[in-house]
Amino acid sequence: MTSKALDEVKIGGLGSSRKRVEDDRFIRGKGHYLDDVTLPGMLHMEILRSPLPHARIKSIDTSKAWEIPGVHLVLTGEMMATRNLAWMPTLSYDTQAVLATDKVRFQGQEVACVIADDPYIAKDACEAIDVDYEPLPVIVNPEQSQADGAPVIRDDKDGQASNVIYDWEVGDKAATDRAFARADLISKLELHYPRSHPSPIECCGSVADFNRATSKLTVHLTTQAPHIIRAAVAMVAEIPEHLIRIISPDLGGGFGNKVPIYPGYVCSILASILLERPVKWIEDKTGNLISTGFARDVYLKGEMALRKDGKILGVRMHTDADHGAFFSDAQPSKFKIGLMHSAFAAYDIPAAHLTARGVYTNKAPGGVAYRCSFRVTEAMFFQERMVQEAANDLGIDQAAFRRMNFVADDDFPHRTPFGFLTDSGQYAKCLDVGLKAIDYDKFREEQAEARKRGKLLGLGISTMTEPLGAGNSREYDILGIKMFDSADLKVHMTGKAILRTGAKSQGQGHETTWAQIVAHELGIPAADVVVEEGDTDTAPFGMGTYASRSTPVAGAAVAMVSRKIRAKARKLAAHLLEVSEEDIEWELGRFYVRSAPGRGVTIQECAMAAYSNMPDGMEPGLENTAYYDPPNLTWPFAVYIVTVEVDPVTGVWDVLKTVAVDDCGVRINPMIVEGQIMGGLTEAYAMASMQFITFDADGNCVGSNYMDYLLPSAWETPGFELHSEVVTPCPHHPIGAKGIGECAAVGGPAAFVNAVMDALGGTGVRNIDMPLLPDRVWEALTHGRDVSGAPPIRQE
Amino acid sequence: MTAVYDDLGDEATSDIPVRRIKFTINGAKKIAEIEPRLLLSHLIRRGVGLTGTHMGCDTTNCGACTVLVDGKPVKSCTMLAVQVDGREVTTVEGLASASELHPLQEGFRQEHGLQCGFCTPGMMMAAKGLLERNPNPTEEDVRWALSGNLCRCTGYQNIVKSVLWAADKLRAEAQ
Repeated sequence: MTSKALDEVKIGGLGSSRKRVEDDRFIRGKGHYLDDVTLPGMLHMEILRSPLPHARIKSIDTSKAWEIPGVHLVLTGEMMATRNLAWMPTLSYDTQAVLATDKVRFQGQEVACVIADDPYIAKDACEAIDVDYEPLPVIVNPEQSQADGAPVIRDDKDGQASNVIYDWEVGDKAATDRAFARADLISKLELHYPRSHPSPIECCGSVADFNRATSKLTVHLTTQAPHIIRAAVAMVAEIPEHLIRIISPDLGGGFGNKVPIYPGYVCSILASILLERPVKWIEDKTGNLISTGFARDVYLKGEMALRKDGKILGVRMHTDADHGAFFSDAQPSKFKIGLMHSAFAAYDIPAAHLTARGVYTNKAPGGVAYRCSFRVTEAMFFQERMVQEAANDLGIDQAAFRRMNFVADDDFPHRTPFGFLTDSGQYAKCLDVGLKAIDYDKFREEQAEARKRGKLLGLGISTMTEPLGAGNSREYDILGIKMFDSADLKVHMTGKAILRTGAKSQGQGHETTWAQIVAHELGIPAADVVVEEGDTDTAPFGMGTYASRSTPVAGAAVAMVSRKIRAKARKLAAHLLEVSEEDIEWELGRFYVRSAPGRGVTIQECAMAAYSNMPDGMEPGLENTAYYDPPNLTWPFAVYIVTVEVDPVTGVWDVLKTVAVDDCGVRINPMIVEGQIMGGLTEAYAMASMQFITFDADGNCVGSNYMDYLLPSAWETPGFELHSEVVTPCPHHPIGAKGIGECAAVGGPAAFVNAVMDALGGTGVRNIDMPLLPDRVWEALTHGRDVSGAPPIRQE
Repeated sequence: MTAVYDDLGDEATSDIPVRRIKFTINGAKKIAEIEPRLLLSHLIRRGVGLTGTHMGCDTTNCGACTVLVDGKPVKSCTMLAVQVDGREVTTVEGLASASELHPLQEGFRQEHGLQCGFCTPGMMMAAKGLLERNPNPTEEDVRWALSGNLCRCTGYQNIVKSVLWAADKLRAEAQ
């Protein structure tokens, strides 16, 4: 017989580079972002922030602010406290001040709010508030934080006698000690992964709208995880969930910055309840940069036990994490330093041990997963920097050293040195693709030649597998809520459909790709499927979009709900074709009778029958919901190779070529996947080269606007060459996908840094901390010494 | 006549200076009564109600608010609204005609030149400014012309392709 199955690519199914649905509104300026929300009677809120990083509040005088015409409300911590809202819980079981009552603990902390007719008036009124501060000693790094006599930053917490938040460990200490005892060589590396700010172009904001008549609170809010926010608001404001509606509109980027709960959200909610009018808060860029979720700021002490033939016998890591004034990491409860212990998952290493300490400092609360799965970016950076230095210490070629220590293709499932289970990959093959693309041997020759002429060329490799898609309910939860996700599919009688998920796109293109999964599973053309996300009143409960979990978890739920629909459609098909269900076969878009393939019904005919001609006893309609609890994390693999030229006179370095080989399993929409990789590589380049946000000795945030915190533009950003030759489907994901949104941002930074360090080979310089600003490279070259980037920033 | 101002109550209103300006936006003539300190971006967004012009940084760095004033790209977050008195403003909403997208809009869609879409209107307006003075730009020309506009999602490679796509189409149409 000739199949009547639909052509999957033509209907926009898996593998189709279908143009994005959401673009139609964005290119017309018809997106609907938070600041585009306007409600009748809406007021505007502005926040007064602390200019000091650590100070006792002696008094706050708001009288002049109240006198300004157009001001409706001035909120202070004292007023919040009368409603039990001066403090709120964080996503890591700590507390965070909403508006400061006793002390301010970082520069930029929220001290008061003004709600007025107009944002200009609210800003004027903020300036009319007089706060009397008594300055306290300031702490800007873990060393100061743990020094004898250091002031206790969190003196609000009972029993908190020091600035240590936690001590945590994982791995096998005894086995690791044994590995080190029999090592031929121990390679050591210490470095700092600096603070970085995800800095989406759109800042955070909220429009809170409390309706006294219905007691319903509707909050339009810039969040990557609307349901988590609803749960948190229910907890903080003591309003039950059915009376809270969180709507996350189009988001102007997120990158982890829009996962936490921020004081501004809480203040706008309380203001709306008190004033019974909608209250809009739009953060300005400085507010965003100095107060919202930072990332990284982790110090590594790493050691690798090596056999002289190149075999890695064991790894020791100690990390000190600077969390700022409040421990507000958005991460699974069980793991204090996120998934730092995913380090070295790509390598076959018998023993490893990690100790981790977290401390408070007088800095904005950090620890958001900036385009990464919970500290995986730090883990992979540390890993790949250690691998490069170990290979150098051994005198073994970078590529050969990695290859000889990779987990082999036939060694899956593989238990990683810290206990994760990886399931698939072709690591050596990916590396070969990358080396060929960069023309490795030829570059090494050119590098040696150039060196003779005083020209510094370098090549950096970063290879890694990272855990995405948290996660299975046995191990992963946030505030006790298991990290599953969901999809709800309603097929109308005409065969058109609406799909809603618990995820929330911030530019990843869910409206396009989720419909492709439905098309793949049901044969309904993607153009016939509308996708909606972000409204907790209509979307099924889900944990949101971060940690590259959309495709691994919510995307799996989309496949599973489609299969539930297909199972019911099969019964309808049997009824329509007047045969038993066992005699029915499926091909894309159509059921047919096995013995008479010409006799069949389309999925659309089944949909019509679900509303107009269902068999006796069958529940009408064609809709369902799936909640997906992934059996394991997914493990994409990536190779990033960068070549650079360093100017020995100025320390300026230019990227010559960047090659990316990503094996993310099955690609739903190759165009979108490539877009994600290029975006990730750019953030990797940004972190390695210029994104610099730090603190001076007085605790002032340096990098509090885009004039100081440099983001690369089209002019600086290099071009990228992407490779998709290697595809290892995920064995447990319904469509074999692994996730891709963050891989390049996670694995990329080490490739850029390794390239510059490679160019400096032979100078005795072992490390320069990111960002590799020209003055740091110059200093390393000129003085032949390592350059630390740890705060406080040097003033000389 | 269109009057655009915030009503603060009679007592306060008398204290607040108001300027009356006339301007054209996307071909439509407007009159606005505004505070002298009102930013152009706020006049466009809150006064005229065109929300395609976005505000990212308030400091002229990110370029999300880029519009054309008398055909030249301007960052509307650091221009005062009174400065457009008697002038012509074009925003992203003025790119497409009723029936047809502008080639830049088509180009961004074709070449996947956007992800979250927040910087996109500003990017397209900056690109329009470029193509009007240089219809046949090189990749380097495009990168330089867009260097005042930041994007966090795409890595720019596809944005550059989008603009070159539009340039090709505009040149073909002109022949």
